[in-house]
Amino acid sequence: MHKEKINQLNAFSSQIRRDIVRMVHAQNSGHPGGSLGCVEFFTALYIEVMTHQPKPFNMDGNNEDLFFLSNGHISPVFYATLARTGYFPIEELNTFRMIDSRLQGHPTTHEGLPGVRVASGSLGQGLSVAIGAALSKKANNDKSIVYTLHGDGELQEGQIWEAAMYAASNKVDNLISTIDYNGRQIDGDVDDVLSLGNLKSKWLAFGWDVLETNGNNIEELMSTLETAKTKTGKGKPIMIIMETEMGFGVDFMMGSHKWHGVAPNDEQLEVALNQLEESLGDY
Amino acid sequence: MEIKILGNKDTRSGFGDGLTYLGENNPNVVALCADLTGSLKMGDFKNKFPERFFQVGIAEANMVGIAAGLTIGGKIPFTGTFANFSTSRVYDQVRQSIAYSNKNVKLCASHAGLTLGEDGATHQVLEDIGMMKMLPGMTVINPCDYNQTKAATIAIADHNGPVYLRFGRPKVPIFIPENTPFEIGKALLLQEGTDVSIFATGHLVWEAVEAAKVLAENGISVELINIHTIKPLDTNSILKSVAKTKCVVTAEEHQIAGGMGESIAQLLASNSPAPIEFIAVNDKFGESGKPADLMKKYGLHSSNIIEATHRVLKRK
Repeated sequence: MHKEKINQLNAFSSQIRRDIVRMVHAQNSGHPGGSLGCVEFFTALYIEVMTHQPKPFNMDGNNEDLFFLSNGHISPVFYATLARTGYFPIEELNTFRMIDSRLQGHPTTHEGLPGVRVASGSLGQGLSVAIGAALSKKANNDKSIVYTLHGDGELQEGQIWEAAMYAASNKVDNLISTIDYNGRQIDGDVDDVLSLGNLKSKWLAFGWDVLETNGNNIEELMSTLETAKTKTGKGKPIMIIMETEMGFGVDFMMGSHKWHGVAPNDEQLEVALNQLEESLGDY
Repeated sequence: MEIKILGNKDTRSGFGDGLTYLGENNPNVVALCADLTGSLKMGDFKNKFPERFFQVGIAEANMVGIAAGLTIGGKIPFTGTFANFSTSRVYDQVRQSIAYSNKNVKLCASHAGLTLGEDGATHQVLEDIGMMKMLPGMTVINPCDYNQTKAATIAIADHNGPVYLRFGRPKVPIFIPENTPFEIGKALLLQEGTDVSIFATGHLVWEAVEAAKVLAENGISVELINIHTIKPLDTNSILKSVAKTKCVVTAEEHQIAGGMGESIAQLLASNSPAPIEFIAVNDKFGESGKPADLMKKYGLHSSNIIEATHRVLKRK
């Protein structure tokens, strides 16, 4: 990948990170940790990987790649990415978590926000929905790809494994799922709360093609996503386990579950913003 | 209309035959089943349209999610499993992925209520109408015989939005003529009368028909209305009838709490209060047994409707 392209993607990521901490700070509410850790993924997906049409937004998304956010609490990174890629006005990020806003605490179709195709928040449901959308594409002879993102803690939900079984058993091979493997959840380390054991072995045993990548290195992540694309259409669903750092990009938020669902105060916001280049202009 | 027995069939077969009709007439209709294809009478659809039938195994939560996803791209998914597994087992999935997300999914639920019989209370859901009617935007339909179930199955494909369609296991009389139009949200007047309004849904409609015959012999004029759509409720038909009769009996195979009777009571309390008696299960789980025996034991028989009518007439 060209150095220039990498710089451009990193600059976009930096702006998304500014948006995330500013949104969460403004309402003193939201989930910055997981959002920050997934910025490179959203940047890669929406800028480079997916073929998608922000305007006019079409719910059916025929002949578009589709993305489903299953761990809906990291809505700040989702909203910032959608706004910055043209789905809705960037200024609307000001309304995050406010009354009468389309930017609900957790994403929903209910208020008609472009870019959202199903509500998520109650965990474990997104993989099933994505499988349905992938089956719909197959039935419509639409060769596009369906993508999902899941939290690692979310994998403790049983429905995920029902869906995992179904996708492999039915060769849903137009599906690329990803896991934000940061090892943290609300109550602490995933290993302490309820260990996932050998995550890669689990997905392999369920019959998925599994890739692993550093989820905070845009170059490596892009390359993994491109590899994943080449594996579609070969009879297996694809899982990418992305090792990420919760709070990545803001030093005092990194490496702890403490910032899962806590907003920075005024002082902390300033420290955070000083670490993040304002590459595209704040909203 | 004159009420005659036209045959004897299970309502689930009405669903199965309605689904096959949709398979032949609406290319967007797809069906999903959680390992109960035979019980749901979906075998014919499966055989005729294998590429539009999705066997999901014993994984109802996943089925609900896949159905929600299938709507994206224009499919009209019909899910099939027992009523208990269509509702209480997957309530959060139905709430978030279907109702809140306003997905055009038809949740089709067989073996509702006590008439499931010998399998007992684990499977005899009596709370499903309540759970489903509480969800904003959910349409709730409980047809009364084979013909009405078939007509309802066909009708809901043309309704854009989530629907809960509830039917049952046993063979019951067919008495709604085949060509009777099915209009979602429009109650069906079965018999005009002046002394009491009996509102019935599902299997209890036939019990109410039998009760009305006996009551007529005793000089009591029953207005019998079939509430096949519990939500949205046909408020005009109900208020119009009660304005005339001034008293009400409701009958359903469900808990009193959360049922059709509760919806009617709420409507009347807010508009024109009238004495009301509820024929429904009163805060109890069911048990194993023959359907007919269970209906008697739990007070869902035509004799119970007759007794309730006499009680309510005294309260006028």
